[in-house]
Amino acid sequence: MAEILIVDDSASMRNMVAATLKSAGHQVADSPDGQAALEKAKSGKFQAVITDLNMPIMDGITLIKHLRQLPSYKYTPILLLTTESAADKKAAGKEAGATGWLVKPFNPEKLLATVDRVL
Amino acid sequence: MAIDLEQFHQVFFEESLEGLDVMEQTLLQISSAGSDAEAINTIFRSAHSIKGGSGTFGFSEIAEFTHVMETLLDEARDGRRLITEPIIELLLKSCDCLRTMVLALQHKSTIDYTDAESLAQAFEKILATQTPVDGAADGDSANSVTVDDGRLQSDSRHSQSFSAQSILEDSIDTLLSQPDSAAPVDAVQEQPSAAEDSDLINGWVIQFLPAPHILQTGNEPLRIFRELAALGELVVTVDVTRLPEFNQLSVDECFLCWNLVLESGCSEDDILEVFEWVIDDCELTVVNQQSSDQIVADQPSPIDTTLADVQPNMTEASSVEPLPALSVATEASSAAKPQTTEAESDTQENAVTRSASNSSIRVGIDKVDSLINLVGELVITQSMLSELGNNFALDKLDRLSNGLEQLLQNTKELQESVMRIRMLPISFAFNRFPRMIRDLANSTGKKIALNVNGESTEIDKTVMEQIGDPLVHLVRNAVDHGIETAEERVALGKPEEGTITLDAYHQGGNVVIEIGDDGKGLDADKILAKAVERGIVKSIEDLSEQQIFELIFEPGFSTVETVSNISGRGVGMDVVRRNIKSLGGRIEIVSSKGAGSSFRVYLPLTLAILDGQLVRVGTETYIVPLISIVESLQIKSELVNQVSGEMVLYRLREDNVPIIRIYEEFAIDANSTELANGLLVVVEGEGQKVGLLVDDLLAQQQVVIKSLESNYKRVEGVSGATILGDGSVSLILDIPGLIRKASERSSKHHQAA
Repeated sequence: MAEILIVDDSASMRNMVAATLKSAGHQVADSPDGQAALEKAKSGKFQAVITDLNMPIMDGITLIKHLRQLPSYKYTPILLLTTESAADKKAAGKEAGATGWLVKPFNPEKLLATVDRVL
Repeated sequence: MAIDLEQFHQVFFEESLEGLDVMEQTLLQISSAGSDAEAINTIFRSAHSIKGGSGTFGFSEIAEFTHVMETLLDEARDGRRLITEPIIELLLKSCDCLRTMVLALQHKSTIDYTDAESLAQAFEKILATQTPVDGAADGDSANSVTVDDGRLQSDSRHSQSFSAQSILEDSIDTLLSQPDSAAPVDAVQEQPSAAEDSDLINGWVIQFLPAPHILQTGNEPLRIFRELAALGELVVTVDVTRLPEFNQLSVDECFLCWNLVLESGCSEDDILEVFEWVIDDCELTVVNQQSSDQIVADQPSPIDTTLADVQPNMTEASSVEPLPALSVATEASSAAKPQTTEAESDTQENAVTRSASNSSIRVGIDKVDSLINLVGELVITQSMLSELGNNFALDKLDRLSNGLEQLLQNTKELQESVMRIRMLPISFAFNRFPRMIRDLANSTGKKIALNVNGESTEIDKTVMEQIGDPLVHLVRNAVDHGIETAEERVALGKPEEGTITLDAYHQGGNVVIEIGDDGKGLDADKILAKAVERGIVKSIEDLSEQQIFELIFEPGFSTVETVSNISGRGVGMDVVRRNIKSLGGRIEIVSSKGAGSSFRVYLPLTLAILDGQLVRVGTETYIVPLISIVESLQIKSELVNQVSGEMVLYRLREDNVPIIRIYEEFAIDANSTELANGLLVVVEGEGQKVGLLVDDLLAQQQVVIKSLESNYKRVEGVSGATILGDGSVSLILDIPGLIRKASERSSKHHQAA
């Protein structure tokens, strides 16, 4: 089981993702924006990061770019949370170094299946 | 599965409502100050979060509605559409509509979709009329075009022939006419699994040539193969031909290629789904095994082969998520089932308790930290004191008194800190006004600016919740009765635009909220005439201007002949005053004719604690709320006026103040019943000043209010009780109640005489 960092400005989304991952035995930490997540990522080692795209302070794309600069997150799976309408952002996310994406709305099953793909 | 989504609903509702507030404020800001990228992005983000959450938590109505809204906002964000005033109006209405929908969901009541439907139509009309994308009027098709566009841009890295087409006009048809392009490969994974003929296929040959940088995206070929293996029997052969000389090997990069044979009845989409994330970072060939011999012999370009399979599907472009994703998902998650059943019962319990408490408070982490800090200090003080107590000797008296001093300090700080948790900035109550003023200005045709100060002033949450409606009423009144029409204002030499000022600040132990306008001010003559007509005052009494102003708070008073739909809602100023009083506050009017009015609402900081003046009458100690005290003085007998019967008046400058003897009201023994040289505490309640005769003024202190009703019964003239430092119970005087009680008694007396 892995330690996973969840980054989303929506508390309900964070709670839902966290509870789902916990139910599968993962350990989770969460941050409301990219900046906070980056700090948290630096102070620990997560086996995977799940991040929203559009957040205040620092968005998901910038976060991924920063994370990929860190030696300890060079190969870490990073999943983007996107909606289908932000599909053009998938490409931007990929370019920044995202591993894959998870399209909102999603249900807990899909979330766990997607996370399992990268662990 | 085991996760019960309902447990997250409450948080979702709260954050959605917050998001809507932010959206509304930002819209108003755009409306008044013009739009900037950050503002539009903020609005977009709010709509986007609501959409994402509502979709995830199964509120499809809201998700659908926010979808059209978001489509428009997305255009605005990309600079493809200007945010005009009608669009702002529409978005504001949508905020209202969404708020109603969220609240309905929160209270599990039925949702009325008529508003949402008409608004959605309005959005689609706007989207259809000026959409830069050809014919993409409805949300879904607009969507799929954006999808392809995104792909196009990303692909331009790999295929130059494509750069010319990374423009929006391209539709799927154009894509099809470009058979040499790389895009259709990408488009494939967005297709639904239309391949119904998958049953006929029993195997696939896959060539996978990852780009060297693939590992740096966090994608690990091994995991991809694991996914494939889940689809059927997989044979993997590694191809090392790309491997460079050893001294050129870089550990970061992947030089291996793989040839895979998958025995499976799955469709091509299932396989492409597995490669979805790496499709841009690899060369991939997926060939039906039955025809593979021929194709391998031809050495086809990867794109050509896939395109042949893809083309029939292309016409059915849709944004629907491919079905196989679900089947994979359920398979993979079945492994996680055993642990989750346990969590299920937990989460259900959670859900029940969550929905029971539907009121929550958001507290800044600094407040909680300071609380924890203070409790820590309290524990230290306590352990120091208990150690002192274990073997106490007189020479430790100093340390004991120091310790007690420290305890006092700790308790005080702790109390303040706990109180701060309940405190919220007044902006929560003020936030609704920009929108309201805007709507009022629109409906009345007046020009009004709103000026808000002191938004960060903090006030108790309960006080805040209850002051909302009175404030709304006062602001409505200011617009309706205060501000003149633009023409009238110009004629009077005033600026065309009227100004409503909202101000909040601390004064003593109170929060003062001022609602001011630069309108016509109160007309004392008109008010008096009305009051006489309504029988509120008996005859043309000799009333000061201030007293006349106070008449508007009397029940049954209204100066407008025709009740407008703004302020005439059956709630008069009397209700406003009653509400404020029930919060332990008071309201004052400052008005000058022609220049405007100002209503000052004085509120206690909190309802749980009261700043009190301790007074002694005989052996009893009473508490007079500090907020109601005007002044305290020593009675000069020459200023005492014995009017008819029981009533004794005291001349206080130009006022005559009735004297209430507390010992009489509560039938107790006082030290002195003499007025001469007695102590008089002049208090104000319901606009009336009275003097309370007391034996002694003691300390001023904060007292914790305990309800007398819930512990004993209601007592007239007493609003509650508290426990003093010496353990004795002291009653808190209810000044308005006391005044009523005294005047009833004196009039009875009068009648009896």
